[in-house]
Amino acid sequence: MNSIDHRELVVVGHGMVGHRLVQTVRDRDPQGTWRITVLGEEGRPAYDRVALSSYVDGVSAEELTLPATPDPLVRLHLGDAVVEVDRDARLVRTASGRELRYDALVLATGSVPFVPPVAGRELPGCFVYRTLDDLDAITAAARDAMVAERPGRRSAVVVGGGLLGLEAARALRSLGLSPQVVEIAPRLMPVQVDEGGGALLRRLVENEDLAVRCGVSVTGIAEQRGRLVATLSDGIELDADVVVFSAGIRPADTLARAAGLPVGERGGVLVDNRCRTADEHVWAIGEVAALEGRTYGLVAPGYAMAEVVADRLLGGTATMTSAALDMSTQLKMLGVDVASFGDAHATTAGALEVVVNDPVAGSYAKLVVSDDAQTLLGGVLVGDASKYATLRPLVGAVLPADPVAMIAPGGVEIGADALPDTAQICSCNAVTKGAVCDAIGAGAHDVPAIKACTRAGTSCGSCVPVLKKLLAQAGVEQSTALCEHFTHSRAELFEIIAGTGIRTFSEVVEKHGTGRGCDICKPAVASILASLGGGHVHDGEQAALQDTNDHFLANLQRNGTYSVVPRIPGGEITPEGLIVIGEVARDFGLYTKITGGQRIDMFGARVEQLPAIWRRLVDAGFESGHAYGKALRTVKSCVGTTWCRYGQQDSVGLAVALELRYRGLRAPHKFKSGVSGCARECAEARSKDFGIIATEHGWNLYVGGNGGFTPRHAELLASDLDTDELVRVIDRFLMFYIRTADRLQRTAAWIEAMDGGLDHLRAVIVDDSLGICADLEAAMETHVAGYADEWRGVLDDPAKLERFVSFVNAPDAPDPTITFVTERGQPVPVPREPVAVGMPGVRR
Amino acid sequence: MTISISPTVTERDSAPTASPGPRWEAVCRYDRLLPERGVAALLGDVQVALFRTHDGTVHAIGNIDPFSGAAVLSRGIVGDRAGVATVASPVYKQAFDLVTGRCLDDPDVAVPTYPVRVADGLLEVGLP
Repeated sequence: MNSIDHRELVVVGHGMVGHRLVQTVRDRDPQGTWRITVLGEEGRPAYDRVALSSYVDGVSAEELTLPATPDPLVRLHLGDAVVEVDRDARLVRTASGRELRYDALVLATGSVPFVPPVAGRELPGCFVYRTLDDLDAITAAARDAMVAERPGRRSAVVVGGGLLGLEAARALRSLGLSPQVVEIAPRLMPVQVDEGGGALLRRLVENEDLAVRCGVSVTGIAEQRGRLVATLSDGIELDADVVVFSAGIRPADTLARAAGLPVGERGGVLVDNRCRTADEHVWAIGEVAALEGRTYGLVAPGYAMAEVVADRLLGGTATMTSAALDMSTQLKMLGVDVASFGDAHATTAGALEVVVNDPVAGSYAKLVVSDDAQTLLGGVLVGDASKYATLRPLVGAVLPADPVAMIAPGGVEIGADALPDTAQICSCNAVTKGAVCDAIGAGAHDVPAIKACTRAGTSCGSCVPVLKKLLAQAGVEQSTALCEHFTHSRAELFEIIAGTGIRTFSEVVEKHGTGRGCDICKPAVASILASLGGGHVHDGEQAALQDTNDHFLANLQRNGTYSVVPRIPGGEITPEGLIVIGEVARDFGLYTKITGGQRIDMFGARVEQLPAIWRRLVDAGFESGHAYGKALRTVKSCVGTTWCRYGQQDSVGLAVALELRYRGLRAPHKFKSGVSGCARECAEARSKDFGIIATEHGWNLYVGGNGGFTPRHAELLASDLDTDELVRVIDRFLMFYIRTADRLQRTAAWIEAMDGGLDHLRAVIVDDSLGICADLEAAMETHVAGYADEWRGVLDDPAKLERFVSFVNAPDAPDPTITFVTERGQPVPVPREPVAVGMPGVRR
Repeated sequence: MTISISPTVTERDSAPTASPGPRWEAVCRYDRLLPERGVAALLGDVQVALFRTHDGTVHAIGNIDPFSGAAVLSRGIVGDRAGVATVASPVYKQAFDLVTGRCLDDPDVAVPTYPVRVADGLLEVGLP
């Protein structure tokens, strides 16, 4: 390493922009001209701060961490703030006493939250909203408030009704608190939206159980009886368990000021269009940089600054362009789409505003056009921002149609073909339509491929619809075909089978597919038939559609034996039940293990043993646990009010009732549930496809969680439901999932792929926006009424029993390839040799 | 119902050597096989997987899945890939050509095939 003469680059701050700078320099500097040292004040490596709020919904810090590969030329020192820059000696000193010499210094220190100077702002229970540590502290405080033993709602006051304030309010609502937003301006999100858009935004978020007070400020905070009271400028007092300040940000320029670097009038280190400060060795990028006196609080301009500085450090001549300083924003805030782009407030001389305001439908759209009505300058969209992706790239271009028609309902649909090649499709990563089309031409035939080669759509994702349009325009079809035998998606196949009344695979494949099916479409059709109440899964032709688990009603293990799981609803089992399971396992020589779903798995059963094992279990009152099926597995529970000192509801009783209600229900993927008796969440309900957590007043329902390969926390769907309401919403949720999900698509991915996500799901199954809830409930009633234990069905039917033989010509001969050894006192398969023939090819 | 005997690699391979031909062993009644489903048979120490496709044809291949070593191919799902009759291993899902025994997901892998015939309603498998 010492043989190469590196230049030293020191980067102060490891946020999104600092991270981008490091990545870009390393990408473009294969010779290793620069050795980079990054000094981060936070104790964590750079993470996606734009997605900060998803942290309270269960996205982990690891998932939010920005990807970086280990690199010998990059050193990262975290949790060590720089305390001094000595520009004469070209040295920085850190809090821990490090001294680092630099040839180039980049300040990427970002911002600090602005906290208005009100009395009481330092009290315990007051927070800012900027870092993962802040969110950890807020979450802990919310938890404490939720479990405190006192009556009444838990509430929060959010100071600031801008983008960040509304994000904070949503996060607090997810944590179970009732937030009140206080905004000093006369409307919410005053930077992004105008008066008309703000009025609609306020009305729509108030429908989401958010209290809003505009035009007032917080004048003081005091502690009263263990809670906080915020006093407003109009004299009103608001009780709160938590107060969050999200009233804006200020550039973190203290270090630069102390080093004598010139700063802007409103803060921020002054830089030129190369992002260089007054010192030729010092640069500033991101929120701390004041470019021509102005700071930018969005990530896209910060990324552009990082790219410019990287280019300059490597001898390039890049400068900041006005396009790179685009402040356009699109977001979904509490279920409300908001977009703002270009000259949204019509500050251009002579600019005209064209407004279409439909308070009944809940949409507001404004276009700002030049004085001759020829050029689009900007716009505001609230309630429906679907046109943002096509409108924003048109800023500065000649209008392709009458501006009213462009935003009116049922007006002109602007296609991607209307955009010039120079139009920026992805403003986060500055990718033009031309670049996307080139990538498609070079073989990028789906959205992930375009993302990989252009970076378009990899940040906020708002341009993904346009990427899809460009793919369609290039004639690239996005296939949803199930497999080579069906051009339909699973959801379409469900509709076909439900609508036509066809009940055999042969008829489905003859009329609607080709060939004879495969291991993808046959189990998918079998699952659909089962969901539609097709009787026993081995009846008639259905037997041949099932994969081996459903065919033998047990789980295939690697040596050709099966495991057996009797249902133990809610994890509640009598001593007699335990003894029966123990005796069966002992008598058949089975290995036993407790599962994560609070039941007992018995391994090592041969096919021909399964009926005898199940005869004993069924006689003792057990029934199939469906551990083998794409079906409900378990409803895990904590002991709740039955035993627990802290329990708020009977979690075991509910878990047993839910498991019995949904047992045997087949779905596109296995699904699990859990019920916790209080907010301590001992049943880990939020890691389940549907999880229920008791509250003082009833139940909170969370959906879309799972463990497995990509763990996800479930998100709050509805709060404080009574048991009847809860069951009704779960009925609808499960049936809607069964009808519309793709094959092997778990609930989390299903919700994510849904246009409108969780909010759309809530509209459909809570507010009945499609008018299908009665139908979904009726379908579930049919399932519940038609349930019968599958194993009893086999034991009672000699024809079905006949299939449980090892060999057709030697029905009781054990498979000679199955052998066991003893490990820790139990039989286990003989350890396996490494497979010489390689891994299977991956197929869709 | 037509019952045809599947052409197999074994038969073709054995032809030039003028061997005495297969030794036929009865396994079960033909109607014991469900359409598009398999059964396993134990012939000495050889495990054979027998399948009846939707047109009534019966195929016999080795029962041992070469990828997992488990004797389970008879428990796979029968179907077709681009018109070729297949069974998918229930362990890791590779498809095997029921006629040639070739693995369609890995050309270096194949399972043995065996001739089959029906005599007096009984299914017979030919062993070398």
